[in-house]
Amino acid sequence: MTTTPQAVRRASPRTRRPATPAAPDPTAGLLPRTEPVRLLNPDGTPLPPRDDYPEPPVEALREMYRRMVVGRRFDAQATALTKQGRLAVYPSSRGQEACQVGGVLAVRDTDWVFPTYRESMALTARGIDPVEVLTLLRGDWHCGYDPTRVNTAPQCTPLATQCVHAAGLAYGESYQGRDTVALAFIGDGATSEGDFHEGVNFAAVFKAPVVYFVQNNKYAISVPLSRQTAAPSLAYKGVGYGVPSEQVDGNDPVAVLAVLTRAVEHARSGKGPFLVEAHTYRMEAHTNADDASRYRDPDEVEAWRDRDPVARLETYLRARDVLDDAAVAAIAEEAEAYAADLRERMNAQPAVDPLSLFDHVYAEPTPQLVEQREQVRAELAAARDEEGDA
Amino acid sequence: MATMTMAKALNAALADAMLDDERVVVFGEDVGQLGGVFRITDGLQARFGDKRCFDTPLAEAGIVGFAVGLAMSGLRPVVEMQFDAFAYPAFEQIASHVAKLRNRTRGALSVPIVIRVPYAGGIGGVEHHCDSSEAYYAHTPGLKVVTPATVEDAYSLLREAIDDPDPVVFMEPKKLYFSSAEAELPARTAPFGRAVVRRAGTDATLVAYGPAVPVALEAAEAAREEGWDLEVVDVRTIVPFDDATVTASVRKTGRCVVIQEAQGFAGVGAEIAARVQERCFHALHAPVLRVSGLDIPYPAPMLEHTHLPSVDRVLDTVARLQWDDQPDPRWLAQGSAA
Repeated sequence: MTTTPQAVRRASPRTRRPATPAAPDPTAGLLPRTEPVRLLNPDGTPLPPRDDYPEPPVEALREMYRRMVVGRRFDAQATALTKQGRLAVYPSSRGQEACQVGGVLAVRDTDWVFPTYRESMALTARGIDPVEVLTLLRGDWHCGYDPTRVNTAPQCTPLATQCVHAAGLAYGESYQGRDTVALAFIGDGATSEGDFHEGVNFAAVFKAPVVYFVQNNKYAISVPLSRQTAAPSLAYKGVGYGVPSEQVDGNDPVAVLAVLTRAVEHARSGKGPFLVEAHTYRMEAHTNADDASRYRDPDEVEAWRDRDPVARLETYLRARDVLDDAAVAAIAEEAEAYAADLRERMNAQPAVDPLSLFDHVYAEPTPQLVEQREQVRAELAAARDEEGDA
Repeated sequence: MATMTMAKALNAALADAMLDDERVVVFGEDVGQLGGVFRITDGLQARFGDKRCFDTPLAEAGIVGFAVGLAMSGLRPVVEMQFDAFAYPAFEQIASHVAKLRNRTRGALSVPIVIRVPYAGGIGGVEHHCDSSEAYYAHTPGLKVVTPATVEDAYSLLREAIDDPDPVVFMEPKKLYFSSAEAELPARTAPFGRAVVRRAGTDATLVAYGPAVPVALEAAEAAREEGWDLEVVDVRTIVPFDDATVTASVRKTGRCVVIQEAQGFAGVGAEIAARVQERCFHALHAPVLRVSGLDIPYPAPMLEHTHLPSVDRVLDTVARLQWDDQPDPRWLAQGSAA
């Protein structure tokens, strides 16, 4: 097409027609705030209250603090257990306590949680037995808890695949007339995976009540966020799917709980999925087997210490007069007892049964599995006999 | 009795399953209004509504992952992968979740999903529409892998797949969709885990499944002229595999050719040949031979007939089963070249 003189004239300001009423912005209500939502300053002093994200009840915040302190102690204990050889590996979520605890506090027991391998703290905060949570990492089986009893999917290692499960579960629940919400945890790196996009898209198309909760802890093992995305931030990924999204200061426990509470309400009210990105930081290496000093500056880590979510909430709750020295000490004591109990139970050598390997491949074992089971049984019997002879 | 196509039998199986069990939901690409590109879901949306039979976004990992979630909520999803090779994006969901969830959770979670895969060639399809992908699934513990070769089996095996407590990859041979036979529905044929002797014979056993079964039967007919009376065993369910029926047949005949349309190396036929050899060694008068597709990417339509196991190739292979109890000179030649 060539540019006609008429077209040039039309572009001229003198001949421009009166403005027609602007079409409604189709992204209205979908885009996140340009700055992460924050209700507390990093030092724990409150910011002015806001209408869009009302502050959660102070009792909820006190409970959040308790679970964050216990969660942090659990996390430290799990790391210690790797050093003693009791766990094969442990991916710490130290520094992400506000997200770990806020996520599970925002949902009901009847809702479903879809965690990744970094959500051990979240699962213990949800009330799941820590020994069952750590079964995977101790290595005596894979998932140690019964997902149907605690409405929590197995911790997911294949990145982002749980995003689609959450969409399906949430849709299936609403299809059957239940008001269950699914909360899917995901990290920053995994937002690059196809299943993140397929999951969010399916949830949006089927209006499935899912909250996608991205903990942007800035690193996917060693790879920084700049290598994952050129988007302004991960919360902007929602608009492309028609999913309302928000970003929040992930080290501000009050804001995390406020934003997630609203997101869960949105999902439960039948409006479809909601995407939340929490800006936080992984204080430890990817796992105990990783060396974070190879890819990040110690000064960067130090700077994040000043934004510690536990201290931040403690300062705020003390100022609100719902926490004092005695209460802080009591909670610390509870955390110690929790860790001691975990330590003791993890020090017991778990019983593993090689014959159980065949139990849950199918509802009924195939004839080939029955044969292999007999073979293993014979091998074990022979080994016992040899031991007996020796 | 009525004459009907395999496509119609599959359609009837889905409809009857949806009628019997309201937890059954059918979804995938183009399965709703259109009724699927092969019309296997024809009429289901009109009959059962768009909550029970629905189109999804065009994303295979999404379809299978969504089915995992639906199954966790208590539904019985039946999903369609439009073509064999289109299912590959879903492989992670299938191998890491569908196949393993029961095991990972010590039986607490099961995901009774049926993944329907129209597969294999012989239909003049262009690339990425004709793969025989059964070995990928059969190699994945936790999946059942089923492939019908007859109209009644198509109905019965699909009904059983939908009722099964475990996930089933249901491989539908595209070239047999519009083959027809006398059938009376609702048919219930032999259950999972049972191979069936389609043609009794005394001289050698042809073991085949899916699209290779008609080839085996045709070869067995043609072999009569050569003086061979061949038995044909239809595997039907690759997983669980029926060693007993196959073994009994080969022990009787003493010779065995395994036929598959898929490329041969590391395929299901290789597994069957190994199992037969392990169990029937003293009954065998000749090595177990295989007829398979060539070890090449699935060829362009004008060349596919060179690739596909043909009656002639099966008969040539049967001829090599050391009928005179003398070493076959071609084996010696191959041996010296190796």
